[in-house]
This record gives sequence, C-alpha cells and structure tokens, in this order.
Amino acid sequence: MLHPTPHERRGSTPIIRLDAVHAGYSALLVLENVDLTVMAGDFVGILGPSGSGKTTLLRTILGATRLYQGDVTVRGASTTRRIPRAGYVPQLETIDWTFPVTVEEVVLMGRTTKSPLMPWHSGEDRRMARDMLERLGIDHLRKRQISHLSGGQQQRAFLARALVSSPDLLLLDEPTRGVDIKTRDEVMHLLHDLNHQGITILMTTHEINTVAVHLPWLICVNGRIIAEGPPAEVINEDVLLRTYGAVMPVIEYHGMPLVAERPHAASFRRGASATEGAPNDPGTMTERHEHGNHSPRGRSGRAAHGTDGPPHRDA
Amino acid sequence: MLEPFQFDFFVRGIIATTLVGALCGLLGVYIVLRRMAYIGHGLAHATFGGAVISYLMSFNFLLGASLWGFLSALLITLTARRATIHSDAAIGIITTASFALGVALISRFRSFTRSIEAALFGNILGVTTGDLLVIGSVAIVAFVIILAGYKFFLFTAFDQDVARFYGVPTGWVDTMFSLILAAVIVASMQVMGVTLIAAAIVIPPVIARLLTDNFRMMMILSITISALCGCFGIYISFFIDVSSGASVVLLSALVFVVVLGVTSLRSGRVTGRSFTGGV
Ligand SMILES: Nc1ncnc2c1ncn2[C@@H]1O[C@H](COP(=O)(O)OP(=O)(O)OP(=O)(O)O)[C@@H](O)[C@H]1O
Ligand SMILES: [Mg+2]
Repeated sequence: MLHPTPHERRGSTPIIRLDAVHAGYSALLVLENVDLTVMAGDFVGILGPSGSGKTTLLRTILGATRLYQGDVTVRGASTTRRIPRAGYVPQLETIDWTFPVTVEEVVLMGRTTKSPLMPWHSGEDRRMARDMLERLGIDHLRKRQISHLSGGQQQRAFLARALVSSPDLLLLDEPTRGVDIKTRDEVMHLLHDLNHQGITILMTTHEINTVAVHLPWLICVNGRIIAEGPPAEVINEDVLLRTYGAVMPVIEYHGMPLVAERPHAASFRRGASATEGAPNDPGTMTERHEHGNHSPRGRSGRAAHGTDGPPHRDA
Repeated sequence: MLEPFQFDFFVRGIIATTLVGALCGLLGVYIVLRRMAYIGHGLAHATFGGAVISYLMSFNFLLGASLWGFLSALLITLTARRATIHSDAAIGIITTASFALGVALISRFRSFTRSIEAALFGNILGVTTGDLLVIGSVAIVAFVIILAGYKFFLFTAFDQDVARFYGVPTGWVDTMFSLILAAVIVASMQVMGVTLIAAAIVIPPVIARLLTDNFRMMMILSITISALCGCFGIYISFFIDVSSGASVVLLSALVFVVVLGVTSLRSGRVTGRSFTGGV
C-alpha cells in the first residue's frame, strides 16, 4: 500500500495558512489557537476523535465556519473575502440521499463552472465524468440514483465529483469510511498518484493503522492541534493519549508504528464525547457544554486555563 | 365539448392557467427538493399585502406586488439559510403579518372587494389580454433563466454548502430564484389566488418525485403534470361552476392520490421500482 516513490514534503509555496485561528459555529468555539501551514503538494492526514473538530478544520480552511479570531489564507487570499475553490468531498452523513440525482449527475456537478454560459454539460464534461467513473470502477452504476449504492460506491461517486473539477487542492472528509479493504487501498493509491501529480491533499480519517501511518504527514486534532509531523514522530502513546484521551499502546512493526487497540480501555478523559455509548466521564460532558455557552471573548479571556486544559493535563 | 372555447374569456383563462401551471411546476421542483414548501405558501400571502398597498397608493400593481414579494422572498431565503429552529417561525411572522396588513387595509378602505376576492381565490373571468401578456413574459423569462442556469440551480439545490467550494455563486443563485419566484407568484395571483398558489407549487413536483429518481425527468414531469392540471382544471371548472384555482388544485390532488396509490401498489408487489428512473 505504501507508494513506491517517497513524497516530497514541504514544497516551496504555502497553499493554506492558518494563523492563530479560533473558529467554530455561532455560540460554539470548536478550534482554538490553530496555526497550520500546508505547502503546495503536501499530503496531510487529520486524526482526532469524533467531535474533535476535523470537519470543522476542513470547513475553516474553506471559509465556511465562523472565524472568531485569526487569519485563514488560501493561495494567498483571505477566506473572509472569498471562498476558495477546492475539490471537497463531504462526510457522507451530510448528503441528502433522497434527492433525485443519478451518480452521473452528481459527478457532472463537479463541472458546473467549467462552461458557465452553456446551459447543458458539454461533451467534454460527459467524457471526463465517464472516464473518472471508469477509473474508480463504478462506471456501470452511473444511471443509478445515489442512494441505491453501497457505502464505498457512494464514496467513490463523490470523489469522482471532486476529481473532475480538476482541483489543485483536495479536501476529503473521511474518504475511506465504509469502504472494504481492497477499495480502500485502491482509493489510497489513487490519492497518492494524484498527490504525485502535484495535487495538495488533506484528508480526515479514523483509521490509524491502515490509512494514517501511510501518509507522509499527520495532524492530530482535539479542539487544538495536539501534534504535527510524519507518522513515525506523531504516532506514539503520549500524543495518542492527548488526542484521544485513551491509553493506546504503540508497537513497531516493520519500521512503522502500529497502534494496538484495546477496545475496552476505560480511560477516556476528553474527546470521544460525541461517540454514542462510549464510556464517558460525566465531568467531560459538563466541560464541553460549558464551551458551548461561553462567548468567544469569554473563552479567550480564559486562554491561560485553556493551555493547560484537559488534553494537556493528562499528559 | 368544445363549447367553452367559443368564449374569449375562457380561451384567455385556459391559456393563462396552463402557463401558470407550467411555471409553478418548474419552480416547485426546486422548492420541494430544498424543503422550502412553506416558502411558496408564505410568499403568496406576503405578496398579497404588497398588492393591496400598491393598489391603495395607486402604484402599478404588478410592480409593487413583485417588489414586495421579492423583498419578502429574499428575507425568507436569507432566514432559511441559517439552520436555526426559529427560521420557520420568523417566516411565519413575516408573511402572515404582511397578509394581515393587506386584510386590515381592505377592511379599512372597502372600495375594491371584487378584485381582492380574485386575488385571494383566483378568477379566470377577469383575465385580460394584458394579464396574458404579463404571464407570458414572466413564463419566458423564468424558463430561460432556470434552464440557462440549470447546472447552477441543480448543484445549489442539492448541496448549497458544497456548491460554494466548487465556485457556484450560491448567493446569486438564491437571489435570482427569489426574484423569479416573486414574479411568478404575482403573475399567478389573478388565476390561482393567493391561498391556492402554494398547493399549485407543491403538488406537481411531489407527484413527479413519486414517478422518477432522475432530476431532469422530475422537472419534465412536474412541468407537464402541472400544465395539464391547469388546463383541465379550468376546463372542468367551466362545467361544474367552481372557482378556477380550487378546481386546479383539487384536480392535482386527485392525480396525487391516484399516483401514490399506483406507485405504492407497484413497489409493494415487486421488489421496488427500477432505479433507472422513468415512469
Ligand atoms: N453545523 C454545526 N453547528 C453547530 N455545531 C456544530 C456544527 N457542526 C459540528 N458542530 C459541533 O462542532 C464540534 C466539532 O464537530 P466536527 O464535525 O468538526 O467533528 P469531527 O471531528 O469531524 O467529528 P467526526 O469524526 O464525528 O466527523 C462538535 O462538538 C459538533 O457538535
Ligand atoms: Mg467530521
């Protein structure tokens, strides 16, 4: 699954820049004090428990969340002025599956602005859509309504929509969720190929061993950036404890870190609070609730408390 | 059977309702898919207030009502975009207050009850050649814009949020849609009546949705069904002597019930309808 040629991290031009960003939704501060630079050509994985702000981070990069403080610039332009263009693949949970569109119609949406003066899609648009569907192995499903597909097929349909828009920046929210092992490897190979062609990719994932450790760069998120670096540096017990609030033993296997999961480890301290049925410390619930009720001003006023907040206290 | 066509007023009326039907069927697809069904209802009521005010101020009725409707539509789409629980309440307040204002003004200055009754319940007897011209122009403009922006309207309706990241100017798309919607409602008011426009906008696309899983087909079916219901609804109303708007809506409701029955029978018997769409 590892790509044969090594990735070149850290190109010369930054494509995304977050500078002391505090962002979230109205009356809910999700991300605190995030500094992040992504260079053109990077391939970055974002890790973090449910509700930690992975999706919020992607949406903040696209200027689609509430920015309480700080600056977000994409390709040198501030996102408060203009929404940046990107091939965005949303988390499948956000899709309106009852909407009467076929796979082909969804993919063609990626070509919407290519010939804006033409009311219909051009022959070239259709050819590109067909080629992409073929490349992703779902060409035979193109006339189906989107809900009549398996999870992995749906995932690929929306990936195809992003890819036909010929983006230089891809933001993928859990693109390997609900996909079988073979398809997952195919999708990851495709993404590595695209990255080698120069496309910058950010993707979120919950799969540490099978996806994250194969990426050249990882960001661990839990309300703030806990750690950033290549997997060998980031995947260790200390960082995982601070990210997931759980003790997760890490072993080394063929030179790669491997997380030995302990499904019943009851040491959840923070995060994971959005996971139904997860063993939750009632104290953490109160705390997250409290976050929601504080105005951003109030929050920043408590910045000193914030820095040794729950994740760090555990460390 | 061709007897009603001897009358000019009937010919004008049937052309008007067919056009209005097609228009409502066209816009209804987007309204239903974006789950804004209550907007058509609210907007029609809001526009009524604008109509009464422009009538009172001897301002051009069409212009005044359209402007008022457009502003309400804009206000509504802006409110609806924030997904807070209070948005439909806010819409309810804006539109019913506007409607109540119209009613209040009428009861205060009782000078024009007949045309007001037409605005409320629809009346094809009163369709003049001028009205027909207005409806025709609105129809042409609405169809041209919606078809020319087909790709943009579709992406925005499907996922407004993500469409922005793909460069779709969703703000403009929304504004354009509100403008067209307001114009269509004002143009339809005379024929359908304020109280029945919402039903005319919602029923045909829902019928079409039952029949297909394909967006383009849904659009074609909705327009066709709506135009036919408009046409035959008027034709029937001539014989049974009921209000034109009510007749059109009742006919569409009947078609809905039949289609619902047939499709659920079919999907109950076999493994479900074919995913490729079509009837
Ligand atoms: N549209 C929204 N409005 C208000 N709050 C939101 C919204 N979307 C997410 N949140 C809240 O923001 C926090 C972070 O959510 P986010 O979706 O970024 O988590 P995530 O890391 O992507 O989780 P998951 O792994 O489950 O997708 C959560 O507490 C969530 O409840
Ligand atoms: Mg998410």
